[in-house]
Amino acid sequence: MLSTMGEFRPMEARRPRRLVAAWLCLMAAGAVALTACTRPEAPSQGEPVILNIGATGEPVGLDPSTVNGAGTPFVLLYNVYETLVRIDGEGAIRPLLARDYSVSDDNKVYTFNLDGLAKFASNTPVDAEAVVTSFDRILKGDGITDQVTSKMAPVDSVKALDSDTVEVTLKQPSNQWLFDMAGPAGIIYDPAGLDTLDTKPAGSGPFAFAEWETGQFVKLVRNDHYWGTGTRVDEVFFRYYADPNAMNTAMLSGQLDIISNLTVPQALDQFGDPDKYTVIEGTTDGEVVLGFNHDNPQLADLKVRQAINYGIDRQALVDSVWGGKGMLIGSMVAPTDPWFEDLSKTYTFDQEKARALLKEAGFESGLTLRLRVPTLPYAPPAARFIAAQLKEIGVTVQVEELEFARWLSEVYTAGDYDMTIVAHVEPRDIGNFANPDYYWHYDNPAFADLIKKADEGSAQEQVTLMKEAAKMLADDAAADWLFLLPNLVITTKEVSGLEQNATSLSFDLTSVATNR
Amino acid sequence: MTLRTVGLRLAGLVVSLLVASLLIFLATNALPGDVAQVILGTNASPGEVEALRQRLGLDRPLSVRYVEWVTGVVRGDFGTSMITGRDVVSQIAPRLEVSLWLVGLAMVLAILISLPLGAFAAVRRRHASGFVASAIAQIGLSIPAFWAGIWLVVIFAVTLRWLPAGNYVSYWDSLGQWALHLVLPVTALAVVQASILARYVRSAIIDVLGEDWFRTARSVGWSTWGALLRHGSRNVAISLLTVIGLQLSTLLVGAIIIEQVFALPGLGSRLLLAVGQRDLVVVQGIVLLLVWAVLVINFVVDVIYQFVDPRLRRVGTNR
Repeated sequence: MLSTMGEFRPMEARRPRRLVAAWLCLMAAGAVALTACTRPEAPSQGEPVILNIGATGEPVGLDPSTVNGAGTPFVLLYNVYETLVRIDGEGAIRPLLARDYSVSDDNKVYTFNLDGLAKFASNTPVDAEAVVTSFDRILKGDGITDQVTSKMAPVDSVKALDSDTVEVTLKQPSNQWLFDMAGPAGIIYDPAGLDTLDTKPAGSGPFAFAEWETGQFVKLVRNDHYWGTGTRVDEVFFRYYADPNAMNTAMLSGQLDIISNLTVPQALDQFGDPDKYTVIEGTTDGEVVLGFNHDNPQLADLKVRQAINYGIDRQALVDSVWGGKGMLIGSMVAPTDPWFEDLSKTYTFDQEKARALLKEAGFESGLTLRLRVPTLPYAPPAARFIAAQLKEIGVTVQVEELEFARWLSEVYTAGDYDMTIVAHVEPRDIGNFANPDYYWHYDNPAFADLIKKADEGSAQEQVTLMKEAAKMLADDAAADWLFLLPNLVITTKEVSGLEQNATSLSFDLTSVATNR
Repeated sequence: MTLRTVGLRLAGLVVSLLVASLLIFLATNALPGDVAQVILGTNASPGEVEALRQRLGLDRPLSVRYVEWVTGVVRGDFGTSMITGRDVVSQIAPRLEVSLWLVGLAMVLAILISLPLGAFAAVRRRHASGFVASAIAQIGLSIPAFWAGIWLVVIFAVTLRWLPAGNYVSYWDSLGQWALHLVLPVTALAVVQASILARYVRSAIIDVLGEDWFRTARSVGWSTWGALLRHGSRNVAISLLTVIGLQLSTLLVGAIIIEQVFALPGLGSRLLLAVGQRDLVVVQGIVLLLVWAVLVINFVVDVIYQFVDPRLRRVGTNR
């Protein structure tokens, strides 16, 4: 069909105006339709109680025994999965599935008495057999991460004495073992669900797993078979945000009830209205470590490491990088650990001393170090701050930002770096410094020996020896502990029952409530 | 367009896809770091990572994995995510839907805004009002979409609380909520698109206004607007179609930033997550889908050309 140029038929003059009118109608109709929808929905009686929690670190899998990373236990530990013992808000070990437990005189045999009431979400009892099955699975180690199997390594045997009593015999005494049993390694799985743990977590916590929509949310629902005091919350959504600012605006616009951890502390002021929001400020186990590669001969020199420690004004760093919200710690110990001592004054900011130490070490004319950091919220800003400060004492720092997966490959695995910054969020992870194969390549037999003795000693000996070990690390400037990540939780005024301190890997919702 | 040319174009499409699949596969596998390391994180030993890599089949040669992937895709099996253990198609499909709504609605809104704006700016180009219309388009063009998005959130979600700040609700769950959740992101995307389109509309109409036949049409009694609508619209449509085709492709990928700002579960944010986790099977699937979409859009635009522009059609049929 050809349009012919010949047939000119003047159009009525009204025609275009009609078109304009039609267009305006279309736009107006759209606007009206939308305003009609914008009426706020008032929550009516009998509607389910839903908690929306904003979070940033999405799980990389659902089975805490086959994947590492903090995202998985953050959602599942204590909420969906339970352990024999748990860590309370002060960092102490408390009974959970075990009503109580006793330890033999030689600290090698643990007897756990289970609470006969405990049940899995599938309504089967949490009995001694379930404990033995769960522990044996870890001991066998098939497909289980080293991280988890290494925590079960001290165990010699696990046996059920009767349906409610479990006896665990250790090869040698280990204080750390009992503590670790409060974490992912100590989870008691529902034996009926072992084959599908990677898609359907099966535990005995106050919530049951419902759904994981990758890149969006993990949904939990109330476990109606829960043996403890049940929660009044019907559904929980952990919603994941790649952009922390999007999470903050979601909170401000009323779409979230809780921000599980504010990763932009500078934005804290936005939630300053006490009539609307509650700000929970506490401590975590996350030590932000400026790690040294001890395989580098320059950094193997104690004087160089000390010079760097003297050359960084950590309080100014926290003020500039993390809104002044991080605590200075000075070693690899969190304040909720029984052996915490403030070691942050070991190397107070002193550029003169730093320059003198570098001179003694033979670097009067300066030295150059590569600081390769992952692109996690705290690392690049801290790296730039450190580069600027160390320049003043004659250390040229070449900052390189790597996407996290690349960082894992090149820095963590291949050890291709001089210095790096990463937060170590595991509770009681000071033992990493006792492993010369760990990516810092810190090899100090005296320190490793202290850690071992502390692990095997009595409770009192453990505290004394761990204090000694932490001080040894600090004096040896094995790293530079920049600051401790704060626990910054924002909730709406209606939400209550969250712990002040993050003492475990769990975002514990056991006692959460909302009076909305 | 004859059956033969359609056939040739389709064959070209298949070859392009095959070449693209190889390039995508090589490029994603050249990324440093892998999914085994991401899964095991900062507590892993090298031996452990190697063992997981073997279990995931990542230790096999590239060629074997490529053939396995491509033959799977041909059968409609895009593989299984190494992070979630679920098949890729079931994870991409809902994402694609969100992206298509976002991009499609933004494009429709952009066209609805740009046509009158551009036409007005062209016809009234020698008047102050036309200049203002051009200036509005110019300003819209220089606003980054994410910045527009942040301001829309601050005004309409945080301050006025009229609209949600983000997330997505399926229209199966609630049609009203679905629409509400899309208003801000669609607007943010459309603002920039409308400005780009308006400039093309304006220059295309200015061209038309200078044509001899247009002057003739005016001389026999058509009004400017009447002549434009009756005889100019096809000429404008051709150049507009080209731009829309190009913009749709960039929009599909470009929406990634808007998806972050509004926490929308679209293709772009899923791609970003998968790249960060080195979940290569998912990355490959999404990128291949995007390449396919771009090729199909170009194909469709070519076909539409034939209908809009009779001159092209004649060349095809008279052979």
